[in-house]
Amino acid sequence: MNKAFGKVWMIAIYVFLYLPIITLVIYSFNDSPLVTVWSHASVRWYISLANDDVLISALGLSLKISFLSALISVFFGTFTAFALHRYKRFMGRTLLSSMASSPLVMPDVIVGLSLLLMLVSLQHWLGFPERGLFTILLGHSLLGTAYATVVISSRLREMDGKLDEAAMDLGCQPFQVFKLVTLPLLLPAMVSAFLLTFTLSFDDVVLSSFLSGPGYSTLPMVIFSRARLGLNPSINAIATVTITVVTIAVIASSFYQSRAERKRKLEVAQAYSDANQ
Amino acid sequence: MSKILSYLRSYRHGRQFVISVPYVWFILLALVPLMIVLKISLSEMEDTSVSSMISWVQGWPTIKLSFGSYIFLTTDPLYFQTYMSSIKYALITTVICLIIGFPFSYFMARSPKHLQPMLLMLIMLPFWTSFLLRIYAWKTLLVNNGVINNMLIALGIIQDPLPMMNTPFSLVIGMVYSYLPFMILPLYSNLSKLDLRFLEAAADLGTSPFKAFWLVTIPLSKAGIIAGSMLVFIPAVGEYVIPELLGGPDTLMIGRVLWDEFFSNNDWPMASAVAVVMILLILLPMALFNKYQSDQAEVKA
Repeated sequence: MNKAFGKVWMIAIYVFLYLPIITLVIYSFNDSPLVTVWSHASVRWYISLANDDVLISALGLSLKISFLSALISVFFGTFTAFALHRYKRFMGRTLLSSMASSPLVMPDVIVGLSLLLMLVSLQHWLGFPERGLFTILLGHSLLGTAYATVVISSRLREMDGKLDEAAMDLGCQPFQVFKLVTLPLLLPAMVSAFLLTFTLSFDDVVLSSFLSGPGYSTLPMVIFSRARLGLNPSINAIATVTITVVTIAVIASSFYQSRAERKRKLEVAQAYSDANQ
Repeated sequence: MSKILSYLRSYRHGRQFVISVPYVWFILLALVPLMIVLKISLSEMEDTSVSSMISWVQGWPTIKLSFGSYIFLTTDPLYFQTYMSSIKYALITTVICLIIGFPFSYFMARSPKHLQPMLLMLIMLPFWTSFLLRIYAWKTLLVNNGVINNMLIALGIIQDPLPMMNTPFSLVIGMVYSYLPFMILPLYSNLSKLDLRFLEAAADLGTSPFKAFWLVTIPLSKAGIIAGSMLVFIPAVGEYVIPELLGGPDTLMIGRVLWDEFFSNNDWPMASAVAVVMILLILLPMALFNKYQSDQAEVKA
C-alpha cells in the first residue's frame, strides 16, 4: 500500500477520534443555552459549574472512590501478577488466571449485576454492607485489580530474572529480594497501573449505578442522568475541565516514566563500568 | 507481628501467602457472585425477596429449581430478537473497526520509528478521557440541529436536516468510535513485530505487493486480528451506555434489557437468566476458542 494513501488514512482516523472532543471544548465557551447554536463566547457555564453543589459533591465522592480503589487495585494486582508469573505450577493456577481476567471480558452489566446480587444476599444474611461508598469501592476495586494485573504482569515478564537470582546468590532472603530488587524495578509499572485504574474508576457508570445506594451518586452517574435527558451546556464545561486535567496528567506521567527509565539505564551502565574497572 | 513476618519469610509459606491473597479476593468477588447469579436465575421472585432454593419437606432438605425465567426467555420472541440484534450490532462494529483499524495499524507500524511513540499516545489520549463524555459529544454532532447538520445546511448541501440521531447509524458510530483503540493496539503491536524479510522474500519470488499483502501480511497478523476482534466484539455485545445515549427505539441491545429487567421490573430471576444466557452465548464459545488456541500452541511447541 502506498505512502500517500497511508498518510491520508491516518489523518482521517485522528480527525475522527478528536473531532467530538474538540467540538465539546469549543461549545463549552458558547453563551447560548441551546448547545448547538453558537451565540457568543463566554465562561458562564464554568461559573454555573462552580456553583453546582450536586456536581461538586459527586466529584468529591468520585475522587475519593477512584483514589482508594486504585490503591486497592494496585495492591491486589501486584499479588495476582506475582502469583501468576513467579510460580508457574500450583494447584488452581488456571482458575486464578481465568478469575483474574473475567472482569475484563465480562460485560459491565453482568459484573455489576452479579456483585450486587451477592451483596444483597450478604446483607440478607449478615445485615451488612449497606449499599453506598463501600459497595461501589468493592466493584471498582475488582475491575481495577484485573487491569492492574495485566499492567504489572507485562512488566514482570520483561524484567530480568537474573537480578533476583544474583541477589539470592548474595544471600538475600526471598522477602529481601522483593523489597530491595523487585519492588524498585516494578515501581514504574505500579504507578501506571495506579493511573489506569484511577481513570477507569473515575469513568465508570455501569458498575456504580448497580452498586450505589440512595445519596451516593458519582460524577459519571450525574453526567449520565443529565446526558440522558438531552443536551446540556454544563456537560461541555465539565468535559473541557476533565480533558484539560487528563491531558496534563498523561503528559506528565509519560514524562516521569521516560525519565525513570533513563535514570535506571544510567545506573545500570554505571554499575557495569564500575565492575569492569 | 514479628512472628507472622518470620513465618512469611520462609520461601514455602511466603509462596502460599502470595498465592492465597489474590485467590481469596477473586473467589469472593468474581466466582461467588456468578454462582449467586446462577442460583437466582433458577429461583422464583416472591413479593419482596427471591425464593429459597432449599426447602424443608418433612424434615429433609429438598432442592427446588425453577426454570420459569428460562422458559419465559424462550417463549417471548422479544428476547431472541434482542440477543440477535446485539450480536448483529457487535459484529458490524467489529468488522468496521477491523476495516478501518487494520490499515491504520499497518501504516503506524511502518511510519518512522521516532514518531511511533507519539502516534501511539495520540491514540491513547482519547482513551484516557471520559468515555461517557466522548459518547455525549457525538450527540452534539449528530442531532437534527446539531453541528454536522447545521454545517451541511449552511454549505447548501442539504435543505432539511438528516435524521442521524437515535438510529442504527448513530449507534454504530458511537460503538466504532469507542472500541477502535481496542482494535488498533493489539494489531499495531502485532504488525510492528512483523519480520519484513518475509515480504522481501515474497517480492524476490515475484509476488505482486497486493498478493504478498494478502498471502503473507494477513496470515502473519492473524493473532492480532483475532485478539482485536475479541476485545471489540465481547464488550460490544453487552454494551449498555452507548445504546442508551445514541441508540433509538429500533436498536435493541441485550444490556439494556438486562438493566430494565433489574431496575424497572425488579425481576431479579429474569435479569439473572438474561445474564446467564448472555454468558453462555458469548463467553463460552470464546473460552473454548482460547483453549483450542493454547492447545494448538502446545502441539506446535
